[in-house]
Amino acid sequence: MIERQDHKAPVVQDEKQISYLNLGPTHPATHGIFQNVLKMDGEVIVESTPTIGYIHRAFEKLAERRPFGQITPITDRLNYCSAPINNIGWHMTVEKLLGVEIPKRVQYLRVIIMELARITDHIICNAVIGVDTGALTGFVYLFQQRELVYEIYEEICGTRLTTNIGRIGGFERDFSPKAWDKINRFLRELPEVLKEFEGLLNRNRIFMDRTIGAGGITAEKALNYSFTGPNLRAAGIDYDVRVMNPYSSYEDFDFVIPVGKNGDVYDRFMVRQEEMWQSLNIIKQAMDKLPEGPFHADVPEFYLPPKEEVYNNMEALIYHFKIVMGETEIPKGEVYHCVEGANGELGFYLISDGGRTPYRLHFRRPCFIFYQAYPEIVKGSMLSDAILTMSSMNVIAGELDA
Amino acid sequence: MMEAGVQEKIISVINEKFEDEIIESGMIRDFFTIVLKKEKIADIIHHLYHHTETRFQFLTTLCGIHYPDQNQIAVMYQLHNLHTNQRVRLKVYLSAVRPEVNTLTTVFAGANWMERETYDFFGVRFIGHPNLKRILNVEDMIIHPLRKEYPLEDQTREDKSDLMFGR
Repeated sequence: MIERQDHKAPVVQDEKQISYLNLGPTHPATHGIFQNVLKMDGEVIVESTPTIGYIHRAFEKLAERRPFGQITPITDRLNYCSAPINNIGWHMTVEKLLGVEIPKRVQYLRVIIMELARITDHIICNAVIGVDTGALTGFVYLFQQRELVYEIYEEICGTRLTTNIGRIGGFERDFSPKAWDKINRFLRELPEVLKEFEGLLNRNRIFMDRTIGAGGITAEKALNYSFTGPNLRAAGIDYDVRVMNPYSSYEDFDFVIPVGKNGDVYDRFMVRQEEMWQSLNIIKQAMDKLPEGPFHADVPEFYLPPKEEVYNNMEALIYHFKIVMGETEIPKGEVYHCVEGANGELGFYLISDGGRTPYRLHFRRPCFIFYQAYPEIVKGSMLSDAILTMSSMNVIAGELDA
Repeated sequence: MMEAGVQEKIISVINEKFEDEIIESGMIRDFFTIVLKKEKIADIIHHLYHHTETRFQFLTTLCGIHYPDQNQIAVMYQLHNLHTNQRVRLKVYLSAVRPEVNTLTTVFAGANWMERETYDFFGVRFIGHPNLKRILNVEDMIIHPLRKEYPLEDQTREDKSDLMFGR
């Protein structure tokens, strides 16, 4: 046997092979314009660097030049999956600044609309979790129901996705009988479909294996990252603005705040699923208890008068002109109002200096705040889990980038 | 609405460790607001976080406000005690020429992007921030767009007259 001392054996590379993967900005799996530069060791994520701002539209700056009524359409474009919650949250902020008393009927109608919006938002999120785990069927089932909600919006305000629903002070018109029919139809049909959807996924072995333990976050970390909404509740903390600081008569209704335990994809899915049932319950209660009365508050300086009065009544014409031109008197003040958006605490911090536009308007956007925990959550997980984590956190690009 | 007793409690908790830091305090509508000196704001929030009588352990939001007449930039912090459901707003006023304040990322991980956003739009430097870069705007932008000296539209344009209804 010849000794081969002169011949060097190839050095075995025992170091890890690190590669970089550019996930996004426009990747079908990210459901929106998100870029993540992933440092990968095989299929495991070592580090993730998100870049955001691809659809930044400077809403806070735009708002500084718009009269209060004209800011409603830009709130639509924050979380466009549940635009009515943003609209109504903004109306309530202005009403708080003005100190307007809102009729009980308006508050109940708002609750109905906001809970419908919450259901559609959760439908999108949960159906997409299904799609990302390979179950397209549930998505199709639930999207049929989402369409019904959009038809309800259409009946109430004329638009579907970016609703611009309601006015400062109430609604532009009362719900028509046709709208009530559509709401009733939705309330009748959704439970069956939802049960079918839950039958497909809730105890599905493949789905559970795929989602339990993926993308988890502890309660302490979630709080430290200022999580709110279903993502916080999935981690086990029962913070819900609807209960903590009730607005729009939420204190009149009985409902349960579902909480999870592990804060993983499965818990987020289940929390959202249960919230849909609770929302249905709230809508039913609101419809049963719906008081009679006007569908808007008496704020002629902000609420557009009916068209026939504009043509026949001097005062109405003046108010119409002033509102459209944004020349109404606004009190000075500083208010913060928050509502439970579909993704968490949606806050409006408004400073008015008495001018026709806000001096400063800051949106507390839940998506923007919890998306920063994403690199920490996906660290050490597989690439496919990272995609699932993003869809289960329900990061909405419009709200993220404002 | 926050009761007077709770307000005094918060004031005394701050005063017991940080004397002469409070400039003024009071209710703004339904929100208890404290204006503080800028130097120790992060330490004070840290103190309010850990003190057993306040436990403000949730950062709701933070943002900047530009006051060009006073040549100041305010930074507003909103804290929330989730146990007792008390909210408090803290404010510091910084010079608009070189706004600097200590970072809150040592207390709240969630302050990271909120501070980056405030830096991006107002140019407030958060000392000790791990990654103080622009977040929503492009990185080579040279202005801080939410400051009042930058109008929304180019004021030199002549094709759009805004004589009657502009601000």
